[in-house]
Amino acid sequence: MYGRKVKLRFFFVLLILITLILSVYLILKSLEENVVYFQSPTEIKILPEIEKKKIRVGGMVKNNSLSMGAKEIKFIITDFKNEINVIYSGLVPNLFTEGKGVVAEGYLKDKNFFLATKILAKHDENYMPPEVKAALEEK
Amino acid sequence: MFKYFEPSRIFSITSKAPRYVMLLFIITLAIGLTEALILSPEDYKQSHSVRIMYVHVPAAWITLGIFSSMTFLSIIGYIFKIRNFFLISKSLAPSGLVFNIIALVTGSIWGKPTWGTWWAWDARITSMLILGLFYFMYLVAWRIFENKDSAFKITTIITILGIVNVPIIKFSVDWWNTLHQPASINILSKSSIHISMLFPLLIMTAAFALFSLLIFLMKYNTELIKIKNKGLDRL
Repeated sequence: MYGRKVKLRFFFVLLILITLILSVYLILKSLEENVVYFQSPTEIKILPEIEKKKIRVGGMVKNNSLSMGAKEIKFIITDFKNEINVIYSGLVPNLFTEGKGVVAEGYLKDKNFFLATKILAKHDENYMPPEVKAALEEK
Repeated sequence: MFKYFEPSRIFSITSKAPRYVMLLFIITLAIGLTEALILSPEDYKQSHSVRIMYVHVPAAWITLGIFSSMTFLSIIGYIFKIRNFFLISKSLAPSGLVFNIIALVTGSIWGKPTWGTWWAWDARITSMLILGLFYFMYLVAWRIFENKDSAFKITTIITILGIVNVPIIKFSVDWWNTLHQPASINILSKSSIHISMLFPLLIMTAAFALFSLLIFLMKYNTELIKIKNKGLDRL
């Protein structure tokens, strides 16, 4: 019902699309460790060796682990399987608190110890008014 | 099986439409902005900076939607040789680019107080920037290629290359660790955004869609007038 040219053009477009999707998939797959913005404490644990270059570690700030000193801030990043101790001195974003997401940029001293040079707060996908949050907590 | 479109008949409709769309847009935007800036509650954690979201998220949705439509139109136009579809696609592109830039800029303004940084090279943000580059390439291609037929082909190729990036933008937050939070609104499961915040978000989306429609109609009319004046080009 369609002409031969139309069919040919259809398959041409289809071929380009399939080739593209496959190659982009392969590229992203092989670049995975550069695509991720941060690593979790578990991924740090299974690293074969301690990296000298700057990396980012992300997870939750463990409850009751945050201690703000005069010079430095200490806290623990957890992904509920493994943990890592972080030391940082400098400004923290407003949303940085216990029990919330955080991404720390800096250097690994060893697998349990991280020297942060920059702290970013990670926001989650929950949006609600304060009253609703209070009501939720009462339950 | 496809008839040629009659430019003057389309024009008689599209030349009158903008004023009504404009009126609708102003009304929707007024309601949306009142809802978003005054009536909607502040967030429990971000307080008032949540209001940036009412511009950021609709802009991001619209820019993704427009690019997908452009790709669809270009591919169908290329396969079935429908010239009108290329012109529709071409007229859609500018508002898509504008909303892409708006999404990036508002995201940056929101990121500073919330994350503590203006810009992060994470998967969601970078792929959105790449989409912006594709929009830019697409628009430049129309200017470079004088020959209509080669412009049709090149722009179709650009949309096909760019469309692969669209699912990456959408799912980047699920596939990889990103600084950007995952989607709050899900069609299949329960949304993690409170209804009092969802409502202004949807109205703002409608307002932005109307704005895109308005810009589209204006661009499309210009294309039709060009064709009319030359008298050579048939759609």
